[in-house]
Amino acid sequence: MTRQIKVTPQEFAEMNKKIRPKPKLLRNCFMAFVVGGAICLLAQVLINVYQYLGIGLKEAVTLGTVSMILLGSLLTGLGLYDGIVALGGAGGILPVTGFANAMVSPAMDYKKEGYVLGVGAKMFSVAGPVIISGTITAFLLGVLSLLFR
Amino acid sequence: MNKRVGQKTVVFQNPPEIVGGYNVVGPKEGQGPLNAHFDYVLPDTYNGEKTWEKTESSMIETAMNEAIKKHNIAVGDIDYVLAGDLLNQITTSSYAVRQIGRPFIGMFGACSTMALATAVGAMLIDGGFAGKVLCATSSHHDTAERQFRMPTEHGNQRPLTAQWTVTGAGCLILSAGQSAQPDQAVPTGQPAKICVTAATLGGILDYGQKDANQMGAAMAPAVADTLLTHFYDLGTSPEAYDLIVSGDLGTQGLQLLKELLGKSGFHTLDNLQDCGCMIYHANQDTHAGGSGCGCSAVVLSGYLLDHLRKRDLRKILFIGSGSLHSKESLLQGESIPGIGHAVVIEALDK
Repeated sequence: MTRQIKVTPQEFAEMNKKIRPKPKLLRNCFMAFVVGGAICLLAQVLINVYQYLGIGLKEAVTLGTVSMILLGSLLTGLGLYDGIVALGGAGGILPVTGFANAMVSPAMDYKKEGYVLGVGAKMFSVAGPVIISGTITAFLLGVLSLLFR
Repeated sequence: MNKRVGQKTVVFQNPPEIVGGYNVVGPKEGQGPLNAHFDYVLPDTYNGEKTWEKTESSMIETAMNEAIKKHNIAVGDIDYVLAGDLLNQITTSSYAVRQIGRPFIGMFGACSTMALATAVGAMLIDGGFAGKVLCATSSHHDTAERQFRMPTEHGNQRPLTAQWTVTGAGCLILSAGQSAQPDQAVPTGQPAKICVTAATLGGILDYGQKDANQMGAAMAPAVADTLLTHFYDLGTSPEAYDLIVSGDLGTQGLQLLKELLGKSGFHTLDNLQDCGCMIYHANQDTHAGGSGCGCSAVVLSGYLLDHLRKRDLRKILFIGSGSLHSKESLLQGESIPGIGHAVVIEALDK
């Protein structure tokens, strides 16, 4: 007879629940607000500047978005964007800069496996599920709005 | 004549000697508290290579070559190379042993690989099948991120229970009988040799844990099981060791292990430590500590070996812990099989 662990998997799951550190929710929410807010503020400033330069609102918004995508990609390439998300969580993931990060980071990593089966195949590995679920949600909402118009 | 004791333990008749070792670590590990025990710290995570996979392979190759050189051993005298890592098909190790040209036995036990290789190497030697054996393992933070998690530059918040894969490679040379340099006088009071005296290899234990961001919880029951079996087989208790060091459960895993052992009646566990908790400073933002094949390998071949040599530690129980999952198995809803392999390492008089 060997001496066995006197804890069942269920009891172990309970033990584990007790020792799991709780995330600092309030602090994380605050940081998400600050980081996400700062990114959106910057985008708004850019849009205002573009308008000030005489570009129409619609074009200025598009230009602002494109500029933020460029910024997100650049910061990813410089190895800085993951640090911003580590600090701000969803505040860094949700803006379009986060989407740029989700596209550029696999493209950087898988460049070593070639441009076609590396970059080409893996570029959407993170952003792909987001696009799919976005498309499905948009479709469902479209159907709902058609039914209840 | 029977070297088997109890259910799962072997006691070596002529304990194989750990002649020495060599380790290579990444820059983050070099900034950690065990800095003084590392032989070579990489200037950056690439170290001049084009891919991180190549870097990792060169690290384990360097560890093996330098260990051979440092301890003046002829490559032809090495009967087996036991090596392993975390990457698919353990390619890191296979590429690394291309130049050595000695029989290669690939090892895989996830983070427990170093303990597994040491135990199997000692068995080969004490069984009379080998005179000298190289045991080496490696891991690289970025290759592991690429394979198991997200692209390295992808922004995400790591959970507080997540462990940080260590960039490191460690190698030990095990040898039968006599020391590598028999003519060197051993100063009195100094240990003549560091030997592997016993080993307990564990079975798979799966307690239904599914969170790859808390591998410590998946491995703790398996480690506890191997430890309890070890104590029972040999009729010993935790107090018999100067240090019981797991590699690598992380902060929460170590806490769970203590609680599991406590429930089996072992309460005084001041001598229980974990390689994952030892390798980084608390302010290095690794959350639950280090992990990966390289973690326990560099702690064993560095810190632990140094202290055994100095005799600050005379008898340790080194227990590697492995979380044997893949990215696909977890996506398919499978739980994580855990494993624990223990080896007893002692500083013996000649």
